[in-house]
Amino acid sequence: MSRVNGTSVLPYSRLMPAARWDVLLVVAVGGALGSLGRWALSQAVTTAPGGFPWATLLANVSGGFAIGVLMVFVLDVWTPSRLVRPFLGVGVLGGFTTVSTYLLDTRALIVADRAPLAAYYVFGTLAAGLTAVWAGILLARLATLGTRS
Amino acid sequence: MTVLLVLVGGALGATLRYLTDLFVQSRHDTTFPWGTFAVNVVGSLMAGTTAGAVSAGDGPEWVLTLVVTGFCGAFTTFSAFGFETVRMVEQGSLRAAALNTAANLVIGFAAAAGGWALASVIV
Repeated sequence: MSRVNGTSVLPYSRLMPAARWDVLLVVAVGGALGSLGRWALSQAVTTAPGGFPWATLLANVSGGFAIGVLMVFVLDVWTPSRLVRPFLGVGVLGGFTTVSTYLLDTRALIVADRAPLAAYYVFGTLAAGLTAVWAGILLARLATLGTRS
Repeated sequence: MTVLLVLVGGALGATLRYLTDLFVQSRHDTTFPWGTFAVNVVGSLMAGTTAGAVSAGDGPEWVLTLVVTGFCGAFTTFSAFGFETVRMVEQGSLRAAALNTAANLVIGFAAAAGGWALASVIV
């Protein structure tokens, strides 16, 4: 497969293994665990009504960093078992991060008459999340210089 | 009980996201991540509709935990969206990255808020 900057140029989802029962099972288990982690974070870092939704932001930013690291390892460093990526990437990190709660949080802030805070939240999550993905990719590449396949 | 609802919703949401993404990506020939866009918009619509209905009809809390926190939270994904967007930027496709961001956030927000409004009217 062709590579640009050490990363495959095929789109993310086309690199998925075909749907098989064992893949579906690890996606389900990973999704359950990731969701539990997101829920636990929301219990630990609570948001008052009209307050800033730190828990969702933290989940999306840390999950973004982790997917950046994981994808470098999975695509360029390891030749992992075909279940590693469905479990950790699709399951755990896909379940841990969320767009629906992110956008419902935003709606809640607007409805609470806190439009400026809603704007900070939307663009703050976006900027921090994309930066975290990028930082994860760069750090993983830096950490594995010379060891890439 | 709450933990179980999150686990079940999360397992179903992630599995259905994976299958939906495979299906959508097999239906077109471009490199644009329509699969992630589809799950994020549909999941936001479902979350908005469910949360709006529970709020308007004073519905049970467990429905929110199972459907909104568990299922929709896992069905939608920020990590895949973020990774795909950053990769577009790395490949120099800034317009595609901007389009992907706007599509996911603007249409996703419209779906979540619209779903809530619709549910409030109906319930």
